[in-house]
Amino acid sequence: MLELSAYETIEKIRTRELTAKQVLEAHLDHIKKVDGVPGKLDFGELSEPEAKKVHAFITLTEDLAYQQAEEVDRQLDNGIAPGILAGAPITVKDIFCVKDTLTTAGSRILSNFKAPYTATSVNRLQKAGGVILGKVNLDEFTYGSSSESSAFKPCPHNPWDTTRVTGGSSGGSTASVAAYEAALSLGTDTGGSIRQPAAFCGVVGLKPTYGRVSRYGLIAFGSSLDCPGPVARSVKDAALMLQAMAGADPRDSTASNRPVPDYLSALQKDIRGMRIGLSPDYFRNSMPDLETGEIIYEPIQKEIEQAIYDSAQVLANLGAEIVEDVPMPNTIHGVSVYFVISRVEAASNLHRFDGVKYGYRTGKDVSDLHDLYRLTRVEGLGHQPKLRILMGMYVSAAQYSAQYYQRALKVRRMIRDDFEGIFDKKGSYHLDALLTPTTPSTAFELGAVYGNTVMMQCADQFTVPANHAGIPGISIPAGFDQTGLPIGIQLLGPDYREDLIMRIGHAYEQATQTADWRKAKPQVVRELEE
Amino acid sequence: MTDYEAVIGLETHIQLNTKTKIFCSCKADSWGDEPNTNICPVCSGLPGVLPVLNQEAAHKGALLAAAMHAKIQPVSYFDRKNYFYPDLPKGYQITQYDQPIGVGGYFDLPMPEGYTRHIRIHKLHLEEDAGKTKIINNERFVDFNRCGVPLVEMVTEPDFRSGDEAAQYLVRLRQLLRWIGVSEADMEKGHLRCDANVSIRLRGSEVLNTKTEIKNINSIDAVRNAIAIETERQIKQVEAGNRIESWTLDWDADTGTLEKMRSKETEADYRYFREPDLLPLILKPEWIEQVKNSLPELPLARRQRFIDQFALSLYDAEILTTDKALSDYFEAALKHYKGEAKVISNWITNDLMRILNDLNLSANELKLTPQRLAKIVKLIDSGQINTSIGKSLLKKVQEADQDPGEIVRREGLGLVGDEEAIRALVESIIAQNPAEVTSFREGKEGLIGWFLGQVMRQTGGKADPKLARQILLELLKQG
Repeated sequence: MLELSAYETIEKIRTRELTAKQVLEAHLDHIKKVDGVPGKLDFGELSEPEAKKVHAFITLTEDLAYQQAEEVDRQLDNGIAPGILAGAPITVKDIFCVKDTLTTAGSRILSNFKAPYTATSVNRLQKAGGVILGKVNLDEFTYGSSSESSAFKPCPHNPWDTTRVTGGSSGGSTASVAAYEAALSLGTDTGGSIRQPAAFCGVVGLKPTYGRVSRYGLIAFGSSLDCPGPVARSVKDAALMLQAMAGADPRDSTASNRPVPDYLSALQKDIRGMRIGLSPDYFRNSMPDLETGEIIYEPIQKEIEQAIYDSAQVLANLGAEIVEDVPMPNTIHGVSVYFVISRVEAASNLHRFDGVKYGYRTGKDVSDLHDLYRLTRVEGLGHQPKLRILMGMYVSAAQYSAQYYQRALKVRRMIRDDFEGIFDKKGSYHLDALLTPTTPSTAFELGAVYGNTVMMQCADQFTVPANHAGIPGISIPAGFDQTGLPIGIQLLGPDYREDLIMRIGHAYEQATQTADWRKAKPQVVRELEE
Repeated sequence: MTDYEAVIGLETHIQLNTKTKIFCSCKADSWGDEPNTNICPVCSGLPGVLPVLNQEAAHKGALLAAAMHAKIQPVSYFDRKNYFYPDLPKGYQITQYDQPIGVGGYFDLPMPEGYTRHIRIHKLHLEEDAGKTKIINNERFVDFNRCGVPLVEMVTEPDFRSGDEAAQYLVRLRQLLRWIGVSEADMEKGHLRCDANVSIRLRGSEVLNTKTEIKNINSIDAVRNAIAIETERQIKQVEAGNRIESWTLDWDADTGTLEKMRSKETEADYRYFREPDLLPLILKPEWIEQVKNSLPELPLARRQRFIDQFALSLYDAEILTTDKALSDYFEAALKHYKGEAKVISNWITNDLMRILNDLNLSANELKLTPQRLAKIVKLIDSGQINTSIGKSLLKKVQEADQDPGEIVRREGLGLVGDEEAIRALVESIIAQNPAEVTSFREGKEGLIGWFLGQVMRQTGGKADPKLARQILLELLKQG
C-alpha cells in the first residue's frame, strides 16, 4: 500500500477499496519503523540504530490526521464527493503555519510557537481531502542545502544512504516521500530547496512559478524568491498536488490571478515537436576562489552529465527536438546574486523574532530592551541565521547598498533576460524547456560540507537561476550513480508553464518505467524488508 | 543686533479615516478600545503573514496629493524601513521611500496678518503606523491596536519663516483634510502629528544651515511654541559663537520644553529596500484624472468666491468656510432664500453656529435644513412672524423636525395683527395701570416703551409691534 502513488491511493479510497483511515494507519505504522526519534532541541549523541533512521519528522500530527482521514471516509459513506486529494498522506515542511500546531522553522527561536492560523497552501491541501501526517524537518528557517542546520536534531538522513544528507532545505519533505512515510509533501524552494533535495532523495520536486502558489503562512526566507511546491514520487502526483494548491489568494497580493490549467489532462499530451534545450553553462561547476574571487570551473559529476544526455535521448526518441549549445551566460552569477538578495530579505524577515511577542525569549536577567533583543537572538538563532543577518545587513547598508544590493538586482534582471531570450517564441531558440542537471553532484556525506557556507550554497547553482527569474522548474529522478545515490535532472520552463515541464517529465517517466534502475528501493525500506 | 530668520520645514503624519487598516481587515480606528483587541496575525506581525494594500488608503492618499497640487505618480513602490522597537511587530515599517505616491505640490498659506506664504510640498507617501509603548512602574507594555493604521506622511520644503506660520499651516491643513474627507484630523487623538526641522540664517541669505529636528509636536500651540523656543535657542547659540549641532529634540508638552533625544550622527541606518510582499502601486491615468476631478472646491478658494460672488466680508466668509458642510449649508440656504447673502450669512454666523456648537453637530446633520432656515427668514421678511419668534423657531424646527410654517400655525406664533384684539388689550392695560397713564399724560412719554412691553408680554411677543404702538398712542393721548 505504501508504494502506491498518491493518485492510485486516492483512487482506491474513492472506490472504497481502501479507507483513508487504513491508509493513514499504514503510514503511521511505517513512520514508527523507519523514522526514529523526531527532531528535538539539544539532542545528544546519535546511537547506531538511530543513525540508520530517516528522522524526517519534528512533529507528528496524529490527531489532526485521524480527524482528516475520518472526515474523508465519512464523506464517502454519505455519498459526498471528497476533494481531489482524498485521503492522500501528506507531510508539511515545518516552515508553514498550521493552526494550533507547533511551527518551529527548525529554529530554537520558534521552538515553542503554535501558529494561530493555517497557511493558504496547507489549508487548500486539507480542503482537497489531504491528510496531514506532521511537520517535517528542514534547515533552520530553510537556510541551507543539507537540512543539517536545523536546531532540531537528528537532522533528516538520506533514505538511500543514511550516512548521506537529504539535501535541503526541504530535506524532511523529500526524505519522508522517498522513504514511503508519505505520498506527498509540501516543501518550499527559495534557491533550490525543493529540487535539490528531491534530486538527492530520488523523488520529484516542483518549484512552481513565483506567485503560482500563495505564500501566505509560509515563514518567509527570501520573499521575492520563496515558492511553496509539491514533493512526490511521480510527476502525476506532483501535478495533482499543485492542482489543489495553485491559484489566487486574497491574502497574498503577489499570488497570481491567472487561471489554473488542468495539469492532469496536460500530462496526457505527447511531447512531439517540443523544443528542449541543453546549455553548456549547466554542465560545469563554477565556484568563486575565496581568496581572489575569480571563478573556478570544474566538471560536474560524470554520471550526472551522462544522465542528462541519456534522458535527452529518451526525449528525442519521443519526438522532442533537442537543441544543444544554448548560451545561458549569466548562470554563473546565480549564487553570488542569491548571496546578496536572499540575505537582505532574510535579515529583514528575521527582524520580527525579537522575543517580545512569541517564540523563545532569553531566560537571563536583562538590564534593558537592547539586552533582551541581543540575548534572545544570540541564544535563539543558530549559526546560519546569524551569518545571513550579518551578510544581509552589510550589503543593504546605506553605504554599500549601491555596490551590492542594487547591483545584484541588476544582475538578477540579466539572469531573467537569459530565460526570456531562450523561451521567446520569436527568438532564435524558442524553447519549450531547458534540460539541466539539478545538482552538480549526488548527495554528499553528512558533515562533509556543513560549515562551509559558500560550498553549501554552490549545491544550488543549477537551481537558483529559476528562483531569480521566477520561472518554474522540476527535478525528476533519472537513475543512480555508482554508489547507488539518486541522480536528478531538471526541466526549466517559461512563466506559468508548469504544464509543459510536467508533461515532459511525465513523458520521460513513462518512457523509462521499465528501466532497471526504477526497481531500486531506498536503504531504509530494503533493510525493513530484509 | 543681527537680524535672523527661521527656516522651517514640517513633516506631518496624517491618519487616513479608512474603514480598515492599510494592510489587513482590522478596523482602522481603535480610539477607546482596550489594548490589543483590534489586531490580527497580519498587523501583529506573526510569522508567515503578508500585507495586502487597502485600496481606499491609496485613494485617499491620492486625493490628498491632488489637493496639495502634487503629482500623483502612476507607479509608486512600498519599501521596508528596518529597525527594532517593541511596538513595531515586524521589525520593519512598510512605507514608501524613494518613489512615493505624491511628489511636489504646494499650499498657499494665508496669514491673519494679510500676507500669503507659498509652501512647497516635497512629497507625500503612504505608510503604516506603529503601535504604542507605555512604561508603567518600570514595566513596558505594548499595544498593537494602532499597528497598520494608514498614514500619509507629508513633507514640506523649508518654506516657513516662523512658528506662527507653521501653526497656521496646521490649522489650514486640518481644515483641508476634513474638507476633502480623508482624515478626522483630530490632533488630540493623534490623527495629525507633526515634526519640525528648524534652522536659522541671516535674513536675506539663501543658505540652509544645520537644522535640528523637533519630534512629537502634537498640538497647534505646541508647534508655535516649540519652534519659537528652538529658534531663540539657535540665535543665542550663534550669537555666543557656537555651532548648531544636528540634534533631534523631543517636545515635552507638559513642561513646554525641548529635550535632546540624540545626535543625528548616531541615527540608525534603516536599510530601506523594496517591500517584496507588495506589488508596485500602479495608478492608471484615467483613475488619476477621476481622483483629481472628484476633488471638491477647496476651502480657501471657496472663501474667496464667497467674498467675490456674495460681497461677504472676509470675516464672514471665513466662518462660513470653517467646514465643507457649513459652506454647503450656506449656499443651499441662500439658493432657497433667493435674497441678500448677507442676511443668510448673519443667521448662520450668529444663530445657527450656536446651535451647531450646542448640539455638537455638523451642518449637514441638522434637522433644520437649509430650506427650513430660508423659510424662517422669509416668514420674517413678509411680516408673518417677528425676528425673535424667528430665532426661537430655529430650535423648535431642529427639535421637532417639522416645517417652520407648520410650527407657526400649530403654536399660533403668527403675529397678532387683529386690531380689535390689540385695542381691547390696550384698553385693559390702561385701565389697570392708572399711575403710569397719569405719568405719561403729564409728559413722561418715554413710558410708551413700558406700555408696549406690557402688550408684548401679554401676547407672548406675537403682537405686531407697529400696530400695538399706534393703538397705544391713540388711546393714551385721548385721555
